[in-house]
This record gives sequence, structure tokens and C-alpha cells, in this order.
Amino acid sequence: MNTMNGAQLIIKLLERQSIERIAGIPGGANLPMYDALCRSTAIQHILCRHEQGAGFVAQGIARSTGRAAVCFATSGPGATNVLTAIADAYLDSIPVVCITGQVASSLIGTDAFQEVDTYGMSIPITKHNFLVRTVEELLTIIPKAFELALSGRPGPVLIDVPKDVQAAQISFEQWPDPGVRKDENPANIEALRAAADMINRAKRPILCLGGGIIHAGAAGEAKIFAEKGGIPSTMTLMGLGSLPANHPLALGMLGMHAARSTNMALQDCDLFISAGARFDDRATGKIAEFCPGANVIHMDIDPSEVSKLKTAHIALVGDVKASLKVLIPLLAENDRTAWCKQIGLLKEMYPMTSPGAIVPEKPYGLILKIAELLEEGSFVSTDVGKHQMWVAQVFPFERSRQLLTSGGLGTMGFGLPAAIGAALAHPDKQVVLFTGDGSLQMNIQELSTAIEQQVNVKIIVLNNNSLGLVRQQQNLFYNKNIFASDFQIDIDFVMIAKGFGMKAMNVEPGCDLPALLKTMLAEPGPCLINVPIGREEEVYPMVPPGASNSVMLGGCNADKCES
Amino acid sequence: MRINVSHKGAEMEAIEDKPVIAVLELIVNNHPGVMSHICGLFSRRAYNLEGIICIPLGGGLTSKMWLQVNEELKLEQIIKQVQKLPDVLNVIKHGEGHPVFAEVAALV
Repeated sequence: MNTMNGAQLIIKLLERQSIERIAGIPGGANLPMYDALCRSTAIQHILCRHEQGAGFVAQGIARSTGRAAVCFATSGPGATNVLTAIADAYLDSIPVVCITGQVASSLIGTDAFQEVDTYGMSIPITKHNFLVRTVEELLTIIPKAFELALSGRPGPVLIDVPKDVQAAQISFEQWPDPGVRKDENPANIEALRAAADMINRAKRPILCLGGGIIHAGAAGEAKIFAEKGGIPSTMTLMGLGSLPANHPLALGMLGMHAARSTNMALQDCDLFISAGARFDDRATGKIAEFCPGANVIHMDIDPSEVSKLKTAHIALVGDVKASLKVLIPLLAENDRTAWCKQIGLLKEMYPMTSPGAIVPEKPYGLILKIAELLEEGSFVSTDVGKHQMWVAQVFPFERSRQLLTSGGLGTMGFGLPAAIGAALAHPDKQVVLFTGDGSLQMNIQELSTAIEQQVNVKIIVLNNNSLGLVRQQQNLFYNKNIFASDFQIDIDFVMIAKGFGMKAMNVEPGCDLPALLKTMLAEPGPCLINVPIGREEEVYPMVPPGASNSVMLGGCNADKCES
Repeated sequence: MRINVSHKGAEMEAIEDKPVIAVLELIVNNHPGVMSHICGLFSRRAYNLEGIICIPLGGGLTSKMWLQVNEELKLEQIIKQVQKLPDVLNVIKHGEGHPVFAEVAALV
């Protein structure tokens, strides 16, 4: 017979889920869980400085490993603070289990101190959520939460645990099995055969790899599929890395900040094969004009994504890895020489970078220089803004899970805590954070966590002293009416980092930047480098919000474009 | 006959003219958050929900719920989204007329 209280039961069940780390902050309503956690030898606690940081540390662990990760927050403000990170995990389908403390059951609904309706507030931003009513329910809810977070389309699950449930005693005979990902089947075989036939007949197909490919561990299958069929392949922001950037068939990201050649090829394709992607508006532009002449094959594990925004001619609902495995032998070998040549010409005509843009003092050059200096197996985290799009455009990603970035929700402040999470889960790897001065300020308190944990995170601040992408939109679409997007003071990030106890350096005009970057990357533990970037450096090409992807502003040789 | 069970305030008159497209019959887990999950799904995805009837079944572990839905183009999408909710155990689609609403309407 096992006897313990609810809090101890939670920690034991998390240990049985093989959880090694929990990011969080203690408070009145989750103190029983912290009391139980302090006796655990299997689980390390990562004390963050804001619950949103804790949520993103958990995301960093989950995104870099593919396993579910856990964060803790107390009731009231602790819960509201963590919700942004949970919403972010929901939009990007990341398996995070968030356990919040709640006021005692007898006080729920009385406006007790630090009481909010965490359950009600988390309904629309979680895959599922629970309010635990009795201590016995924990035996089923905790394993179920992991099963839900990991199975099918992954996502965050929140468990709200009143303080009296944490303190209540329970005796039970049998431990429940840990919650695991349920096995998933391929799509219907008839539909797969029809899809193979449609692909074999297509003259100008394009494959689009989304985050689902990474969640399913299907990058290997996707590469074989693309190679066998000679199918040029684009990636969504969430799918970057699923096909190596230097692969001859790789077209990079599609959509708002895609290479001009990629969007042009998409306009001309006769078959669009979406694999684990969900037709986000940033990827498709004006949906009615996206791939206008194409048939659509949509592979997704979530039936509600298929034909949500664009009607699929063939729906392949099921595990994308299993479906690709069935499709590969049905595919006719084909080089598609003419189509690949046509795209090759577009790529040559409209390159992403120019020789002048890849000097280390410019954003692209800086990113490429760091990519060159990084060891194999490194991770790249970004925040949200211009730096994020520059990284997405030119960083030579070569494997799944290499990039950690906030795609769907676009949360500034994501990058630093996510990088910390990735570094904690991979202590022997380098983790580089590309951030901006605006984004870094949104979770800057986590510098403290980075120091305390001595994680190997190298922070590169592309500092244009403004909210760059906002500024760019004002510049392009609001009559150059730059308002509330330029910061009026200069922040000394190096001094701030040093104040936290972090090594930090400034890039001065005329300094040897490559040498400085080498020094920084060789430092043990966390380190920050501040790189001034001109405010006028914009992200091009750009599809105006709401416009068709055929309407692109700027970029190399934009003037040679007929449309 | 137009039947409305839980009216949404000012929209009531407009509803009288709109046909009910379908009635969805659900079996759901019976706990205090289920109604929020269902109603929240309809409101945040901007689906028109005209009426709800819900009663507990047998031992009270599950409930049966009927939803009057006024969406034609989005109906398949709505059903898929409802089926995705872990607390929803079963969904049956009926046409516009369903005796449960007629009988409740007779009481109003």
C-alpha cells in the first residue's frame, strides 16, 4: 500500500514520467508541491524569475527533445503569467504539461487571495485542461495529461490543483502506467494510392514541410520522398530544418518573408503537397490567391486542419511519417528536370542575399558567420522580429529541432528562456540565441536564470534600438509615420548583463567581428554580445499583410520582376 | 416552426428568420467544465450556436447534449472540432428538426 499526500503523489507520478527538470516559481498555492519536490532526487528544479519564463524554459526542453516538459506556477498572477507561454505552445503544438496551484476547493469562487479562474482562462489555449477535484483523480489525470500532450497533434495540457487536494492523504495499491504517445496509423490506403497517382501525374509539384514533420520525426522520410519524386520542397517557419537548407531541392521558407523565387515557384505549381502544415496566413498570403492553379494534397494528423482554410483535393489524415512510408514505394522515380531547372533559374535571378549583404557587419553576414563558427549539433533559438526573419531566411538549418522559434503566436520574449531550456536538456551542446533589443527586454529577467544555471547559451543582440518589424510596417504601409516603435533611450545591454553577473561585450565600429564572435563562442557558460544594427535595415522581400504572395516588396533584383 | 432554446439576447429576432441547419447530439463527460469547453469552442471559432439542451445520463458520469447549429459551410469543420475535445465521447449529426427541441419549446 502506498500512502502519501497529493503533492507527493504528483511529484512521484512526474518521476515515473521520467521528468528530469521542472521550471517554475513557488507561491502560496503550490507550496505543498514544492515541499514534495525538494525531496526528489530525480527531478531538478529550475527557478525562473517570471512564470512566463518558466513556461518557455519548459518549451525549450520540449522543442529541443521532442519529449513532454513540465512547468509549475502558483495560483492567481502565477497562473496568468504562465498563460502566454502556454498559448504559444498551443499555437505551435508543443507538448508542455503545466501544473498550477489553486486556492483550496472551499475557497474557489469566493475571490480568495490570488484566486483566478485558471481552468476557465486556459480552455481556449490548451489542448485540454483539468481542475482536480479529489486527490484520487491525480492517479488518472497526470498520466492522461502526458498522453494527451504527446499523442496525435501534440499540445499543452494544464492541470489546476487546489491546495487542499495537494495536502490530502491518499492510499492506493497500484501505480498507474505513465502516459505515453499513442501509436498512430497512416492515412487511408485508397486515399494514399490516389495521392501517389496525382503526384506521379503532376508536372510542377511542390512539397511543403511543416512543423508536423518535425513532431512526427518524419524528416528522413520527407527527404527520401522529395528525392525520389524530384519534388522541390519549401518549409514553413516551424518546418525549417526538416530538409537541410543546402539540399538541391530545398526552397527555404515560404510566405511573407520567403525568397522571391520560392513564392514565384508556388504561384506556378500544379500540385501543392502540404505535409504537417496548416496554411497559416503568414505562409499563404491571401489564401484565395495561393497556388492558384494547383491541386492540393493535405497530410495532417489533425482532421480539423484539413480543408479548414483551403479545400484539399485529397485529404491524408493520419501520421505523416507512416503515410510517407506508404507513399514512397508508390511514387514513380522522376527527376522533373524541366521544373527543377525552371526553379533553378528563378533562384539564380532572385537570390536571397547579395555580396554586399553578407559581410559580417550586416545582419545576414553576422548570422552566416555564426553558423560557420558553430559546432555540429548546436541549437539556435530566436526571439520575434526582424532578427527572427533574417535567421529564418539565411541560417543553414540542417536538422529537425535545431531551430527553436515562436511561430504561431509570435511571442517576443520567447527566445532567452527557450534557449535556457534547450541548453539544460543538452548540456554538451552550444545554444545560440539571436534576439533583438525589443524582444530581449520582454523576458530580460531570465538572464538571472541563465547565470544561476550556468547554461551554455550565447546571446547575440541584433540591436536596432527599435521595434523593428513594427517600424518596417509603419515605414511601408503607414506613410512612414514612425510612432511608438523607436526607443527614445539607448540601453547599455552589456552593463545590464554584467549586472546579472554575465560576461558581455559590445561590437565597436572597426573591431574584428569574426574574432570577437570566436572568443564569445569559446567562453564557458552564458555570454552576451551586443551588435548595433542600422534601423533602416529592413526584412525583404515582404508580402504586405493580406496581399497575395505574388505581391512582394524589395529583395534582390526586385526591379527585374515583371509582376 | 423556428425553435430556440437558449437565446442570445438581442439576436433573438434575427434568429427567427434563419433556418437551423443541423442538430448535433453529443455524449460528453459530466463535470463542471464541459459546458465551458463546448460553448467556448463555438464562440472563439465564431460558429453560430442557437440552442443547447443538456441532461445527465444514468449514473451521472456522462451527459447527453443537443446543439442547434446554424452553419452550413462550416458544419463539417464544426463537427471535427467538437470531436477533438477530449471530453466529447460521441457525436451524431441530425437534420434541422429534432423532437427534443420541439418538446422543450412547447414548455417555453
